[in-house]
Amino acid sequence: MPRVSFEHITKTYGLLKVLDDLNLSIDDGDFLVLLGPSGCGKTTLLNLLAGLLDVTDGRIMIGERDVTDLDPKDRGLAMVFQSYALYPTKTVHGNLRFGLSASKLPREEIEKRIAWAAKLLQIEPLLNRKPGQLSGGQRQRVAIGRALVKNVSVFLFDEPLSNLDAKLRTEMRLEIKKLHDQLKSTIVYVTHDQIEAMTMATKIAVMNGGVIQQFGTPDEIYERPANLFVAGFIGSPAMNLRKAKLSVAAGKVEAVFASGVRLDVSDYPFASPPRDGDEVIAGLRPEHFVLTATGPVAASFTVPVQYAERTGPDASAYFKFEDELLALRVEPGAAAKLTPGQSIAVSYLKGKANLFDARTGQRM
Amino acid sequence: MTDLTATQKALGAEVAVRSAPYFPRKKKAITGRSIAVLAFLAICALFFCIPLYVVITTSFKTMDQIREGAMFALPNVWTLEAWDHAWNTACSGTRCEGLKVGFWNSVSILIPSLALSIGLSIVTGYALALWNVKWAGPFLFVLFICAFVPFQIIMFPLISMTATLKVYGSIWGVAIIHAVLAMPVLTLIFRNYYKDIPQEIMSAAIMDSGSFWKIFFEIILPMSGNILIVVLILQITSIWNDYLIGVTFGGLGAQPMTVNLANLITISTGTVRYNDNMAAALLTAIPPLVIYFFVGKLFVQGITAGAIKG
Repeated sequence: MPRVSFEHITKTYGLLKVLDDLNLSIDDGDFLVLLGPSGCGKTTLLNLLAGLLDVTDGRIMIGERDVTDLDPKDRGLAMVFQSYALYPTKTVHGNLRFGLSASKLPREEIEKRIAWAAKLLQIEPLLNRKPGQLSGGQRQRVAIGRALVKNVSVFLFDEPLSNLDAKLRTEMRLEIKKLHDQLKSTIVYVTHDQIEAMTMATKIAVMNGGVIQQFGTPDEIYERPANLFVAGFIGSPAMNLRKAKLSVAAGKVEAVFASGVRLDVSDYPFASPPRDGDEVIAGLRPEHFVLTATGPVAASFTVPVQYAERTGPDASAYFKFEDELLALRVEPGAAAKLTPGQSIAVSYLKGKANLFDARTGQRM
Repeated sequence: MTDLTATQKALGAEVAVRSAPYFPRKKKAITGRSIAVLAFLAICALFFCIPLYVVITTSFKTMDQIREGAMFALPNVWTLEAWDHAWNTACSGTRCEGLKVGFWNSVSILIPSLALSIGLSIVTGYALALWNVKWAGPFLFVLFICAFVPFQIIMFPLISMTATLKVYGSIWGVAIIHAVLAMPVLTLIFRNYYKDIPQEIMSAAIMDSGSFWKIFFEIILPMSGNILIVVLILQITSIWNDYLIGVTFGGLGAQPMTVNLANLITISTGTVRYNDNMAAALLTAIPPLVIYFFVGKLFVQGITAGAIKG
């Protein structure tokens, strides 16, 4: 039962500490996405697991095996690289076969596996071509095929879709997800693309500055971000983060913004009892605003429209609120009617607000 | 409907192109500047061609015609006598077996020293560029310094070393010295070429196989065609044209063709046989020229080819 765990991992390059005492563990069959901006240490973590880099301190376990000091080929892993890393002088068939060169398999078994992977990925007609004669999407499939033939229980993906165009990326995303459902293997996937993370992962680890900011399911990460970094990083348009002061009076808790707008947060599941006058940062998702409220609302106020933009099936409108832009998701039909400068009444749904401690940045 | 209009438009465009007014471009007149450039180039070409012309024609002349002194005249009778003499019977010192001795010596020096120098430096370059080698930086620095040490400085220690190893004065002695002296530069060339191989290909190979030799023979060597041709040509010409190493380490029995040629020309008594000398010089120069003619194009490709695309 391969369960990947990082225990007290530290990685330094000279004086630079990239990862410091990092702990993370996932279960068999999980699809873990390491998500974060460039330079957050996510690729380093993946390379440590692959064995392409040595850990400075700590232990990496795959199942019951301590793989920290094993050679990459002995770890029972397969990896798909961002640039595909196909061997340019070998045919597709040769590329897949070289993937099995460390395992001393009989010839028929090798051919059987290549045929199986080629069928699964629909690259059978390409087997005799060289990588130079393939398109980006086809190369990507071959790279995945080279990992698949190894028949390992843990697959590593290092930003595999970032070199593809948008349409192909969506297709491949679905296919990788389908493969995961089919093969039930454990996957560790590195990306900076939050859509990839949200759509494919069963677990996301959001990283920043070599530290795991939050580890949880996509829903947890999106609905209950653990701190301001996660709140600002996940979501497009990003969550609106505004300073406010708590006012606690007669069983009613409200976040009061500088402009006097009051946001009712009485039903917020505070970790510790709120105190009157606490400085907080309220996180308001653009899609939790409504123009015409039908249910209970936490706040209603009137703000001037700055501009609206349409992104296909969706539209976002930006309002001026306390000298900063406030992003809202609106119906495309409604967005078309908004004219800049016009003042509109908007409401925020009850029970949807996120509150963060203004000093620590942590969720309250 | 839209298709139809599109075709119509396309047709219209074609017609428009066909009936478009024709603007003939003026032929560029030859200017004074281009005449000057041409003249300069012609002089440069003559600078090389005239001596070559003299060498070639003289080698086909008889001694009788040469004595007449008309240097630029074409041979009255075209004869291969001088070539035959230079190849088979010309005297170098006391031996009169012609240049063919030196030719075969050169060939048997060339092959082992090519294999040795390229074989060693390609693997060293591969290891230095793509594997984590301890002290790789200092080692490269030392190689870099070695590449610039003039041969004359280390000549004497090398002579006593080859004497100790009992290879002094043999084909192997010359071959090994050639290989050793070429190692630093060749290693640097291979190392720089392999540095351009994308790191991810190497990472993938390490995860797939992990074997130093398997990766070298299956992945890296097939990607090295260009640089191998460059190195091959560099080595063949430098080993073939070498005189100093051959004369120093060849002793009497393993003199390469260049040394043989020098002896043949300088130690002739009586009249100077110009036709023999010219033929001998041409015979010595032909092998590298042949190499250039056949793989020169690949050589240029190899030099200009940069990184290998994955």
